[in-house]
Amino acid sequence: MMPNLMTPRALRSLLPAISFTVLLIGIFYVQPRAMSFMGLNLMLNLALPIALATIAQMFIITMNDIDLSLGGFVSFTACIGATLLGESPVLGVLALLACIGVYALLGALIHVRNLPSIVVTLGMSFVWLGAAILVLPTPGGQAPDWLRAIVSVKTPFVPFVIVASAIIAVGVHLFLMRSSTGVILRGAGGNPQAVARAGWSLFRAKVTLYALAGFFGVLSGLTLVGLTTSADANIALRYTLLSIAGVILGGGEFVGGRVSPIGAVLGALTLTLASSLLSFLRISGDWQIGAQGAILILVLALRTLVNRMERRK
Amino acid sequence: MTVTAEAPFVRLENIIKNYGAVRALGGVELTFNSGECVGLVGHNGAGKSTLMQVLAGNVQPDGGELSVLGQNESMSYGVQRALELGVRCVFQELSLCPNLTVVENTRIRHPSITGFGWRKRASLLIRSFLDDIFPGNSIAVDDLVADLTLGQRQMVEIATVFAKTTSSLRLVILDEPTSSLDHAIAGQLLAYVRRFVTEGGCVILISHILGEILSTCDRIVVMGDGRVVEERPAARFTKHSLVEAMGHVNHAPQAHQPETVVKARTAPVVAEIQPPRRGSMTLTARKGEIIGLGGLAGQGQTTLLVLLQRSAGRHISFARCSGPVAFVAGDRQTDGVFPLWSIGQNITIRSLGTMRRFGLIDPKKEREMERRWKERMAIRTPDMANNIYTLSGGNQQKALFARALASDAEIILMDDPMRGVDIGTKQEVYHIIRSEAAKGRTFIWYTTEFEELTSCDYVYVLRDGAIVSEMPRSEITEAKVLQSSFEEVAQ
Repeated sequence: MMPNLMTPRALRSLLPAISFTVLLIGIFYVQPRAMSFMGLNLMLNLALPIALATIAQMFIITMNDIDLSLGGFVSFTACIGATLLGESPVLGVLALLACIGVYALLGALIHVRNLPSIVVTLGMSFVWLGAAILVLPTPGGQAPDWLRAIVSVKTPFVPFVIVASAIIAVGVHLFLMRSSTGVILRGAGGNPQAVARAGWSLFRAKVTLYALAGFFGVLSGLTLVGLTTSADANIALRYTLLSIAGVILGGGEFVGGRVSPIGAVLGALTLTLASSLLSFLRISGDWQIGAQGAILILVLALRTLVNRMERRK
Repeated sequence: MTVTAEAPFVRLENIIKNYGAVRALGGVELTFNSGECVGLVGHNGAGKSTLMQVLAGNVQPDGGELSVLGQNESMSYGVQRALELGVRCVFQELSLCPNLTVVENTRIRHPSITGFGWRKRASLLIRSFLDDIFPGNSIAVDDLVADLTLGQRQMVEIATVFAKTTSSLRLVILDEPTSSLDHAIAGQLLAYVRRFVTEGGCVILISHILGEILSTCDRIVVMGDGRVVEERPAARFTKHSLVEAMGHVNHAPQAHQPETVVKARTAPVVAEIQPPRRGSMTLTARKGEIIGLGGLAGQGQTTLLVLLQRSAGRHISFARCSGPVAFVAGDRQTDGVFPLWSIGQNITIRSLGTMRRFGLIDPKKEREMERRWKERMAIRTPDMANNIYTLSGGNQQKALFARALASDAEIILMDDPMRGVDIGTKQEVYHIIRSEAAKGRTFIWYTTEFEELTSCDYVYVLRDGAIVSEMPRSEITEAKVLQSSFEEVAQ
């Protein structure tokens, strides 16, 4: 059975890919030299940690929560990556595992005490930032060599960033969208009561999702420090909003467990490319954040349009 | 029906459940046997849904004994245990995840479908049961539930519950299963229920469509006020005797109020509404009248009130309200109280506009109003500055009444505000409503309690969003309201 590509539902799921392609074409039109291995590599250089952070945020949004501490968390893990992990690898790995544990605990706390995630994670964002300053008071540190080697792998024909993003997107898609466990996790966001009535534990679902978010947050911090080779306590603060924007751009919604891992990765890449396009257009840095916001509004307006088409049907 | 010597599948003994001061179940005694379909009927708040929640393991009873196949299960009964014993339930509010496909929802209901190739197995399972129960349906199992119509969702819900995997399926509870199915599809379901029962299963059918109950069930149980009031084989009931049995639930006939004299409807019309796209009957409220909205719960009464409120001071094509309107919420937690505010602030919020001095709120006037309404409504608190939650439920409701009555509103809309309020408070509030109506205020009052309708000047009964009958006070009888509430008897 061939799915009809013109139905609103298909259009909605294709929207992230379409906006990514349109942006890419725009860049190639403005700056034809970007259409090369080197060009793509340079433009998407820092996309990988953003994509990983977006996936982390997506797990939280799956359960109708939101994580405002993600930027601080990624900064903190990057600082650990630049200090502890190189100095004493065992301790470093333990610290990172503990970070994931803290995320799982946060999920447990939010579920058991029925707290709003937005408040808990807002508080945690200061905790992570403070911890990052304690670990690395002044910018610096040194990423371990093996980490730098991993993130600067050269793949033939297609830049590593794109290969890695594709692997992440497909891997998470298989887990969250296709596996029988993923169904329970998404169902817990869609209709928690129904899932509980069917005999599943919402507590376990929430802890799992938060732990997964922690895991991908750690990966994001490590790839970031691998790419930049040194860290700084404020290195990833803007990731909080970038990751939320990425999820939404990728077709996710704040409520109802509607998320898409492939869309989220595409959303993260789109946001990264957007700043390149703006540079090519010689729009000054002062205006770039505003212009990124404009792109976000444009895509969301398109989605609303598709949704409206669907309702009229 | 063959009488067997073995223990009944489920036996309930003296099941009790209280919600605060409200007794939802007051000692229910029932048995459910394999191979029979039991119909469960009763008016609003009779305790049907609570009882089914107990059976499904979602609600822990406060007392009583629940035994399955002769084994006492009261201690360890819960959702998991109910599923293990083969008890499943189709709930009134659908329990599907709208963001998942039909296949994925099947997986949620059936933990045994897991591992490699689960999608294919779940798809085959749900497809076969959908086609078995509802032949000729056009549901695609890869569709998102959100994309299905309400009726299709109900069909999916029913099919996932009846779908058998490794676990046994002994008892299925259907709570208003046909409410959003059309006639032909409902027929298919009822035929399937009969087949399931013949094969040795047990079905509990809750429905307010009496014809369905009478034609499908072997035995009918009538509930009222949290108890079983009547239990007979279905063949010994008729539609009329069933409606009567439900009506008898109600306590001793009330002493008639002295002022039963019917006022002529001559005062000017202050509010008018015709439910959009639902029939042609119109509700009219005249100055100084108390208008009752009756019918079963959730038949569009609240929607009607909300529409009326929106029409105040604005042009809406279905409704018209002349004069300011205030709304007394029934569901205190969700749309009534401001939980962090004091009792006084909860009362004055509706009237702050009139208490301004130089554009700011005048605290003296505010305290004045608080004091006046504390006395008038007899709100039992030492200090109006205390948090609203320091009050009992009944007194919170009084504060909400005070909010509406203290305002400049001429029309007061009430959304079943007496739910779960003790009888003493009710009497006090009725008295105030009557005296306010005598002063020229108009009340439009949705209530699920029949007694309250008898204190209204004029009653409209709603069913499925439409006004189906109207009666002045002199003609209000419980039988009449019940008859219009239930479809077929009304004709």
